[in-house]
Amino acid sequence: MTIGLGHYLTVAACLFTLGIFGIFLNRKNVIVILMSIELMLLAVNINLVAFSHFNGDLVGQVFALFILTVAAAEAAIGLAIIVVYFRNRGSIAVEDINMMKG
Amino acid sequence: MTAGFFYLFSVLAVGSAAMVILAKNPVHAVLFLILTFFNAAGLFVLLGAEFLAMLLIVVYVGAVAVLFLFVVMMLDVDFAELKAGFIKNAKVGALVGGVVLAELVALFAFQGLTLAPARTAAAAIPSDLSNTEALGRLIYTKYVYFFQGAGMILLVAMIGAIVLTLRHREGVKRQSISEQVARGPATALEVIKVPSGGSVIPAAAKVSVRAAE
Repeated sequence: MTIGLGHYLTVAACLFTLGIFGIFLNRKNVIVILMSIELMLLAVNINLVAFSHFNGDLVGQVFALFILTVAAAEAAIGLAIIVVYFRNRGSIAVEDINMMKG
Repeated sequence: MTAGFFYLFSVLAVGSAAMVILAKNPVHAVLFLILTFFNAAGLFVLLGAEFLAMLLIVVYVGAVAVLFLFVVMMLDVDFAELKAGFIKNAKVGALVGGVVLAELVALFAFQGLTLAPARTAAAAIPSDLSNTEALGRLIYTKYVYFFQGAGMILLVAMIGAIVLTLRHREGVKRQSISEQVARGPATALEVIKVPSGGSVIPAAAKVSVRAAE
């Protein structure tokens, strides 16, 4: 049985869904929410690389490269914000983050 | 053979992704995240994207996951308390996640995912070059501005992370090089007339003695 595009897209869909599920499941824990976002970005990357392979077009991989860059930057900034927040409040519970009353 | 590896990598990736969100201990969650990225890198190798696979391991396992581990271990957080309401949230999460998964699967299960072979590839994969070389020829020529932009994003992220987390604590003895260099006879020396038979404690020394106590 040959592995087609649909197989890869199914794996990516499962990973993306697990990312969404994780955000709902751990909605108090910011660190796990960030990890769930990483999972969702990984699923998008798998989609892009799979389309790149089956379409014979290298641009999909270039785009996945940029998504990887942005994901790394986002993780660094997000974790820095968590550290500063913990220093100020002594907690990282999401419901405590209401200082700005947004 | 390829199919076997595909199923191995994808089952492990999905399983460890499930463990990321279900693990009680966040350190275990980070370790499962690393396993997920390793398996995703395996999938990338199967797809012929070797450079991206290695990049995924270097960037994610080497940098991002270690950053997560640092933060999880550095912050003294009661993670058991954060787990409260797990079951209640699980219902809503399962509903939303199930709907999204059903939509995604329905999209290419019932529509029939036939790749419309437009064959107007913006950059066809060359057969005589390795993946790394082909990607390099593309991003250093056609997409060089986007490449520079990605570098700028990383620079801004680095500066932002430093600015956010850097703090100068009060009461810590810290070397100030500019102050040391600016020090000269005018600021460091004091000539005091001492009367014969008496003694004088200069004002600056009094202050420093009091501070030391």
